Amino acid sequence: MAGLRIYVPGDAAAVACGADGIAKAIPPLAAKRKVAVEIVRNGSRGMHWLEPMLEVVTDKGRIAYGPVEMDDLESVFDAMIAGGAAHKLRVGVPEEHPFLKKQTRLTFARCGIVDPHSLDEYLAHDGYKGLMKALADPAGIVAAVTESGLRGRGGAGFPTGIKWKTVADAQADRKYIVCNADEGDSGTFADRMIMEGDPFVLIEGMTIAGIAVGATRGYVYIRSEYPHAIAVMNDAIRTAKNAGYLGRSVAGSAFAFDIEVRVGAGAYVCGEETALLESLEGRRGQVRAKPPLPAHKGLFGKPTVINNVLSLASVPVIMDRGAAYYKNFGVGRSRGTMPIQLAGNLKYGGLFETAFGITLGELVDDIGGGTFTGRPVKAVQVGGPLGAYFPRALFDTPFDYEAFAGRDGLIGHAGVVVFDDTADMAKQARFAMEFCAVESCGKCTPCRIGSTRGVETIDRIVEGVEPEKNLAVLTDLCNTMKFGSLCALGGFTPYPVMSALTHFPEDFVPAPQKQAAE
Amino acid sequence: MAYEAWSADTAANIIRSHEGREGALLPILHDIQEAFGYVPEPAEPMIAEALSLSRAEVHGVVTFYHDFRREPAGRHVLKVCRAEACQAAGGDVLAARCEKHLGVAFGETSLDGRVTLEPVYCLGLCSVSPAAMLDGRIVGRLDEKKIDKLMAETA
Ligand SMILES: Cc1cc2nc3c(=O)[nH]c(=O)nc-3n(C[C@H](O)[C@H](O)[C@H](O)COP(=O)(O)O)c2cc1C
Ligand code: FES
Repeated sequence: MAGLRIYVPGDAAAVACGADGIAKAIPPLAAKRKVAVEIVRNGSRGMHWLEPMLEVVTDKGRIAYGPVEMDDLESVFDAMIAGGAAHKLRVGVPEEHPFLKKQTRLTFARCGIVDPHSLDEYLAHDGYKGLMKALADPAGIVAAVTESGLRGRGGAGFPTGIKWKTVADAQADRKYIVCNADEGDSGTFADRMIMEGDPFVLIEGMTIAGIAVGATRGYVYIRSEYPHAIAVMNDAIRTAKNAGYLGRSVAGSAFAFDIEVRVGAGAYVCGEETALLESLEGRRGQVRAKPPLPAHKGLFGKPTVINNVLSLASVPVIMDRGAAYYKNFGVGRSRGTMPIQLAGNLKYGGLFETAFGITLGELVDDIGGGTFTGRPVKAVQVGGPLGAYFPRALFDTPFDYEAFAGRDGLIGHAGVVVFDDTADMAKQARFAMEFCAVESCGKCTPCRIGSTRGVETIDRIVEGVEPEKNLAVLTDLCNTMKFGSLCALGGFTPYPVMSALTHFPEDFVPAPQKQAAE
Repeated sequence: MAYEAWSADTAANIIRSHEGREGALLPILHDIQEAFGYVPEPAEPMIAEALSLSRAEVHGVVTFYHDFRREPAGRHVLKVCRAEACQAAGGDVLAARCEKHLGVAFGETSLDGRVTLEPVYCLGLCSVSPAAMLDGRIVGRLDEKKIDKLMAETA
């Protein structure tokens, strides 16, 4: 009998729940039973409440078990040996699980399925097909990406094709592709999952971008909080180089392209594109005034495409299956699919990729299963620390750039963070201001000073000090920050603050006992 | 974690290994910190000279980024996520518990040099929150028992 093939995710979410220990404990169990095993550290399928979710290859396909803790490992292992037999933790065939079955996985097609360290597996699962089509018609790449309707997944939602065209049209001796893998938003982890679970798709996307605009060098700027992603990306880049997919001649073509990983240093604002470029150049991560756009004068003053991980990782499937195929998913001006991240106080947290248009309520109640504390959902913050808090009353909002904007919110990088009814929205508003104060790059006053004043003002409101006057001050401050800040850090902090105030005014009323104490 | 004591030779070697690299400052600082556990002040003029920067520029970069330390951390570094998804999952209570049990505030090192407690704003583990990182090892689904175990490891 050939060895048993067992998948134990190496994704950080699985590792944080004990996957490394599980992977180490399997060989001794196998030795005791005299069975040969091969352990593959795959990415995560995205059903994070089941992590560590182990899978065994059987003649019925892959059978999953999870969440597997050390105490259950031995019995799970025996069920695996028995051909994927019954067990209280048996999930069954992952693809049949409703959480995965309801998804449309284009960007995440391979994540959790393939071995992220294996280029052969990548190729066997349609990897580099997009690049081959791109190489067959390099001049057509920008048009295809534009036609697909792909918009930046990093937050601003700018059409990717238009950005690429600007850089393609720019004249310069050198151009750059920069991948923004700073993923600082709380509630988001899709970039991390792709880098850890399917790194070659990002490499392929960046390579196609390079060919499209005439850039020969790429950087992936990864936040330092992601050591696992950094390791997998470095490994994959090395493999791609050795196999001739990166280097002086990409896949035997006349195009050269190389990629290097650079590591951030714990500054949220470095996710802002111009601050990121400053950081890459070796400076403080201070936001640059625009214009000039990075597309004209970016890294080291050269025309630069800067895109989020998911934007770039969506390009290979667009090139492979065609722009029309991708564009067919979605609604309105939000085309294709979005890898939505379900997080916080949610029963079924994880990654849910689906066409735009699904409602917030479906995501939170149906897919996410409500809170794990079993208490009612009070608020949902969508789009990271700069995103608005939505009450249940707005659960009919479809996941769509314009629909969220129309309700004074944003989808940002598509993180959905759920809070139950114990949440204090004044505290959340205060945190938003505090976070802005801590992370402000300091270049513009509305952001730097406004946020500090914001914290003080909210404190006064909840203490009951001239609440009406201070509420007016807070609203005023938010306006100043919104319209006077250099970038969206100061500019969007008013979203969480004002949404908390608008939808949950009762939380800003001072507690009676506090008043009595005064 | 064991780090080397300050050595100008080691620093010079690190700096030299980045020669010719575009935008080498952050990679150099990361390597310096990995070697010594912090960015010793005498490294700053050396880096400045190698990169043709002013000392003030290098210093400005070191102080801008939360990651770079200007003095050695405790023997253990416990980073607890303080961001929204972890707050939503009960992280604030655990964070307060850390301060109380370790006897330090966030951003501080215990007097005996045993542990540094730091806030971190998201570890990308928001679906298995609350989360923390002890000496580079990540742990999710924290509850009181788990966080107590982590703290015990710093003893
Ligand atoms: C404070 C701040 C933080 C940001 N953080 C990120 C980030 O972590 N990742 C990201 O892709 N974009 C981030 N952005 C958005 C980028 O500025 C930029 O819009 C994006 O990298 C463009 O790529 P895209 O068009 O593919 O989305 C941030 C913006 C601001 C203002
Ligand atoms: S918010 Fe704590 S890990 Fe993301």
